[in-house]
Amino acid sequence: MEYLTEQTSPTLTDFFLNLDLPPSLTYLLVAVIAALLLLHFMALGALFWIWLERKVSGRIQDRLGPTRVGGRFGWLQTLADGLKLITKEDLIPEEADRPLFRLAPYIVFASSFCAFIALPFSGSKEAPEPIAWIANNLDIGIFFVLAVLSLEVIGVVLAGYASGSKWALFGGMREAAQVVSYEVPMAICVVIPVMLAGSMNMAEMGHQQEGWIGQWYLFHDPFSFLAFWVYLTCATASVKRAPFDLAEAESELVAGFHTEYSGIRWSYFFMAEYASMFLVSGIAAILFLGAWNGPIPVAEILGLEAHLIGRILGLVNFLFKGFLLVFAMMWIRWTLPRLRIDQVMQTCLKYLLPMACGLFLGATVWQLFDIPDYWGWIAIVVIVAAGYYLPYFSGKPTSTTS
Amino acid sequence: MNETTWHSILFWIMALIACGSAVLVVLTSNIVRMAAWLLVSLSAVAGLFFLMGADFVGAAQLLIYVGGTLVLLIFGVMLTASGPLANLTTPSRDWLIAAIVGSSLMILLILTLTNPGIDWSTDSLSENLEAPSGKTTMSIGLALLGIRENPNASSYLLPFEIASVHLLVVLIGAAYLARAKRRSDPPTPT
Repeated sequence: MEYLTEQTSPTLTDFFLNLDLPPSLTYLLVAVIAALLLLHFMALGALFWIWLERKVSGRIQDRLGPTRVGGRFGWLQTLADGLKLITKEDLIPEEADRPLFRLAPYIVFASSFCAFIALPFSGSKEAPEPIAWIANNLDIGIFFVLAVLSLEVIGVVLAGYASGSKWALFGGMREAAQVVSYEVPMAICVVIPVMLAGSMNMAEMGHQQEGWIGQWYLFHDPFSFLAFWVYLTCATASVKRAPFDLAEAESELVAGFHTEYSGIRWSYFFMAEYASMFLVSGIAAILFLGAWNGPIPVAEILGLEAHLIGRILGLVNFLFKGFLLVFAMMWIRWTLPRLRIDQVMQTCLKYLLPMACGLFLGATVWQLFDIPDYWGWIAIVVIVAAGYYLPYFSGKPTSTTS
Repeated sequence: MNETTWHSILFWIMALIACGSAVLVVLTSNIVRMAAWLLVSLSAVAGLFFLMGADFVGAAQLLIYVGGTLVLLIFGVMLTASGPLANLTTPSRDWLIAAIVGSSLMILLILTLTNPGIDWSTDSLSENLEAPSGKTTMSIGLALLGIRENPNASSYLLPFEIASVHLLVVLIGAAYLARAKRRSDPPTPT
């Protein structure tokens, strides 16, 4: 029983413990319900994000199709798409390594799903004791999530190999090189908030950022402010979204690692891709953007933080931040052209990695000295202003002039 | 049937998966299939660590062995898969060496288990071991910096420092080997 209350979802467990069921049944029910909730979040989320992707690409690139078809707001199009994918013939090429070809999509999907286990969706510090809506409140939360996310690439590489097609093989190899390189600066950026919180527990990080917007780790010091942007770049690359989608570069490799896939197996890859997009966005929200705490602590002002409404407000806050970052990734995808593979590797190893190391050192030194808060704010304002005005003085034509 | 029973059921499932797929790694001749079975085996071992409350070790197993080493292994295999390495059959000499190494480890384990001097009952073990709590990160971190709650326990500051210097040497060596090669011979006069 001690294990149940300490480790698994506290809110869910409390509910079932009050029902006085036999312990083995409680154990099973809590696990199954948490898993089902997360699965549905992934599947329904993917439906919504595919709809959003169509709409965003339609607006940004003046593609008229997506803004017109599919009933009111185009809600029917994704459903029709899903129906088509389920009923479509599941082809396996002659040359393919059949068992591995079948296995690969499940590896990708399962690793993406497992990472959701340690992601807190809402919480509160004040309720009788600190509480979080999380499937399994792991003490090493963020480390676990990064470890499990790094498994996704194995599925992609296996898919590339098992397809028995040179396009797929090239896609898989690019993906392996890219993800292994981008994991390094991403992990270093993640260490900065871990250092500020003094804990790898994601719920604990959320609790520490409670309060007004100034409590967010984004505004803790100039180094963590910059680390957020480096993290976001690495995260975009690690979930292989444009401009880093070299694994499926359709202008060069047909469709990269999933060239030979069709039907429901193909859609597993895409459900996993959208789920991972939300996952890295959710991690960014928890590490830097105050987790489930809004810019203004509405629940605290109204005295609702111990109440269920306070936690639902937190859930809305967290989902909004996650969805906003997913939207930003789509915005980037449909705005920027794809990089070449050597440019992708250069961006990581020559720029992002030294930047991440420097920011980590800076954040450590900032923690060491007792620097007053206003210096941090001044530095952040200077950085933002420099980022905005420097292109005007660099003498090169930029796109920000309009 | 309580949660302890669940734990032992899960333990047996994971242990069987780990051992079974480890055997399959040896018996398969296709090198990419071997890597796939190795993936299953290493992940099941990570699952065993999680089951026993050693969260940090489990996640490290996933990150280093499965996410790091195995990806590099598959990556290397894919570059060479069309060559003579695509199908591996173990020569009989290697079978002999493997049998000697494996059986000596087996004998060691059997001797330890049947040693009458060690009491393997749960009560005597739980006296000496802390209960698994899942919160091992702090004590691991402190032990690596030479701080232990129990003053008699050995700390790991020296091994930690040696490992870090060793890794630095490896890193410099790799950078040296991968550097852009310059021509060292003087240009021949024309």
